[in-house]
Amino acid sequence: MYQKTIAEQSQALASGEISSVELTQSYLDRIKQLDGDINSFITVTEELALSQAKAADERRASGNADAMTGIPVAHKDLFCTDGVKTSCGSKMLDNFIAPYESTVTSKFKDAGAVMLGKTNMDEFAMGSSNENSHYGPVKNPWDKAAIPGGSSGGSAAAVAARLAAGATGTDTGGSIRQPASHCGITGIKPTYGRVSRYGMIAYASSLDQAGPMTRTAEDAAIMLNTMAGFDERDSTCLNREVPDYTATLNDSLEGLTIGLPTEYFASGLDSDVEQQIRNAIAEYEKLGAKVKEVSLPNAKLCIPAYYVIAPAEASSNLSRFDGVRFGYRCEDPKDLMDLYIRSRSEGFGEEVKRRIIVGTYALSAGFYDAYYRKAQQIRRLIRDDFLNAFKECDVIMGPNAPTSAFDIGSLNNDPVAMYLSDIYTLSVNLAGLPGMSIPAGMANNRPVGLQVIGQHFDEARLLNIGHRFQQATDWHTLTPALV
Amino acid sequence: MQWETVIGLEIHVQLATKTKIFSGASTAFGAEPNTQACAVDLGLPGILPVVNEEAINMAIKFGLGIDAEINKVNVFERKNYFYPDLPKGYQTTQLEKPIVGAGHVDITLADGSTKSIRIHHAHLEEDAGKSLHEDFHGMSGIDLNRAGTPLIEIVTEPDIRSSEEAVAFAKKLHSIVTTLGICDGEMSQGSMRFDVNVSVRPKGQEELGTRTETKNLNSFKFMEAAIHKEVERQIDVLEDGGKITQETRLYNGDTGEARSMRSKEEANDYRYFPCPDLLPVVIDDSRLEKLKADMPEMPDAKKARFIANFGLNDYDAEILSGDQATAHYFEASVAVSQDAKLSANWVMGELSRSLNQSSIGISASPVTAEMLGGLIQRIKDNTISGKIAKEVFEALWNGEGTSADDVIEKKGLKQVTDTGAIETMIDEVLAANAQQVDNYRAAPEDKRGKMIGFFVGKCMQASKGKANPGMVNQILKQKLDG
Repeated sequence: MYQKTIAEQSQALASGEISSVELTQSYLDRIKQLDGDINSFITVTEELALSQAKAADERRASGNADAMTGIPVAHKDLFCTDGVKTSCGSKMLDNFIAPYESTVTSKFKDAGAVMLGKTNMDEFAMGSSNENSHYGPVKNPWDKAAIPGGSSGGSAAAVAARLAAGATGTDTGGSIRQPASHCGITGIKPTYGRVSRYGMIAYASSLDQAGPMTRTAEDAAIMLNTMAGFDERDSTCLNREVPDYTATLNDSLEGLTIGLPTEYFASGLDSDVEQQIRNAIAEYEKLGAKVKEVSLPNAKLCIPAYYVIAPAEASSNLSRFDGVRFGYRCEDPKDLMDLYIRSRSEGFGEEVKRRIIVGTYALSAGFYDAYYRKAQQIRRLIRDDFLNAFKECDVIMGPNAPTSAFDIGSLNNDPVAMYLSDIYTLSVNLAGLPGMSIPAGMANNRPVGLQVIGQHFDEARLLNIGHRFQQATDWHTLTPALV
Repeated sequence: MQWETVIGLEIHVQLATKTKIFSGASTAFGAEPNTQACAVDLGLPGILPVVNEEAINMAIKFGLGIDAEINKVNVFERKNYFYPDLPKGYQTTQLEKPIVGAGHVDITLADGSTKSIRIHHAHLEEDAGKSLHEDFHGMSGIDLNRAGTPLIEIVTEPDIRSSEEAVAFAKKLHSIVTTLGICDGEMSQGSMRFDVNVSVRPKGQEELGTRTETKNLNSFKFMEAAIHKEVERQIDVLEDGGKITQETRLYNGDTGEARSMRSKEEANDYRYFPCPDLLPVVIDDSRLEKLKADMPEMPDAKKARFIANFGLNDYDAEILSGDQATAHYFEASVAVSQDAKLSANWVMGELSRSLNQSSIGISASPVTAEMLGGLIQRIKDNTISGKIAKEVFEALWNGEGTSADDVIEKKGLKQVTDTGAIETMIDEVLAANAQQVDNYRAAPEDKRGKMIGFFVGKCMQASKGKANPGMVNQILKQKLDG
């Protein structure tokens, strides 16, 4: 049953073929058996999961079930969960148990979904390889020498290894799409403001957005139906009707215009990856789509703009972790300054400290105009580039990353090279657009994902595009050997 | 050398919203520490602010009240610094795009002339918590009840030239915010706090001197004293050939001592940037029009009306229009007394004295405006004398009656105006003081005026103050002068 998709499991639960308790138990067993090695979970909530599964079975019996009722999922460990540790992958929050529930996880609770546990991640969502976790790196189920991608690496690996039917992730600069791509699963980052950020520990507030990570586009539609919607507790969440994302999955792609940005197929892109992407696009042409070259002239600037804006916001967002009210506090502080300095020096990891320093610098008096203000101007240019491109096409396609998953440890001493690997994903966050990754082939025996970028609030179209591809191809059904 | 003082003020005004600026926690003063701090105020991870629309409305009202431009798109920013009573590590405030733009507050100077003090801008922000430095055995306590209380910070241009002008300005501002109902005006609870920027320069010099900032003064008296002290200090330093250093200073109102807190070099780099958790505040025309329509009569307009309609002089009108509660009390008492001048005298005299002695606000006065109005009516119709009226007032203050009539009735204080009764009483007094009567009659005309006071006093004593003093005077004169 763990091989089945959420849609299939939901049917099996509905028909009585299996109970949620049985399904949940089978995942818990798999986690015990396989996750010691993969390390995709920080916390497994076995007891809670089984009691939620039991409640879900009762709810189903009373005829009150939702598509997600009884489905075992995992949540990235930055969604605050009432009474269950939320670490954000950091020593700083290793002792933190929130007395409140994030909007996203409470929506899953309300739908009767089962929480298997909280997944591993780059500390405070800062990273592209999931090596920056206080709880150790996550391994890619396809090849344990490889990174799973980041920062939602735990969620991606858990879904790829069939340790959860689906998982939540967050994407600030590619943190859903890139690990989905590297782990051969489907992941969608919705439009900024589509999903509430309440209770989601912030990395860069103007860029963070939560989304589902699943095996198929259909499953992503089912999960997004649960996640999306207005929340009065998040001022940046937009009050706009949520369509039924499953309703339009089978719409025809006849006449769809796909834009291919020249800049996304330039030097730096691995030729094997490029080949897989081009094959996938050819598949779309068979499905009735037209292809057109478009230009995003400021695409390259997304890296400097992102690596100013995101660290700047992070430097401020992470100020609250000061050892005073919650989280890690150093032993025997001598005075206030000592408490601040040691709690933060000891509680944060290297990458987090690097970004706090970069962000603090970028906002400093005398540098603000040169860095932060300039970056915001570039951000507008990048957004305008997309809006111009969308005058000529319906969606934009390209790679998620220049290469398939690289080896664990291979970029550890070169943060800039690591940052450069985000080149195809960052601009989508800067523009606030929805972006999706779907499995589209293999390169170097590791999965390659196709990135599909849509116009604001075009999630339904992206999922439709993903679903039609998955009806015509079987990349999404490939399974890591260990499974 | 002749020195000129230049003062600019920054005033923090706590807005009288029920809940905090970004959370639903109560803003009530005086609760047990940390009982009015929710997840937002504690700065817990993942928790987001949602702006309190009432705070926006109040800030707009302030802008309308000082003739200022309202910035229809204004932006919250983060001011980043570490302090234990600042839970998020930043204060959410406004910098580049404040809600209220340039305006002015007009004050009346000692010579009766009017001076306009320009307001540079006013912005919305959240208050910090409080550090408690006592009773924690070498550690500090943190109380976050105040964290997130909405403030407007009002920044003036350096238009003020003396501590007297500063106090006049502060009082006027107090009057504006209480009239608007956007602040409770309770200075002792920190509802209005003043930072004063002071510099001096040789008279006639254009260029401003180096300024210092004295922070957090929460009474008019302390502000006045702190300015005096600082001006003297600066002049002393300069006349001794020294230089003023730009610094932040603290003034202790209880001891009258001032000291340096930090120099400019030690100041934080606050790294302001727009708060990404909050959208720009957009104020549409219909909201602005609605708030305009709801504006109360402002102190300047009220003062003008008091002069025009009630015939008050400038001084009385200024005081009585000064705050909403006083103006309301005064008008309510006039409605009953039908005598604005007498109501004005009583409100500014007996009533204000009693309120000050008991340290209570006018709206909590045990003598209501209606009671005072009733009391004045009885003075006017000669039921009681002015002297007895004070006794009646005191009785009302002490809760010994429900109205002036009630007290007069219970205590039998009704004035005696019966000519026969007064004559009888006078005859008795004259008979008992025959010697003084002889002395009076022997005295020359010009000395008698003074001597008659003795008999008036005896008569009033005999009547327990109830005899109409005018009648006593008249009849005595007739009888003595024959």
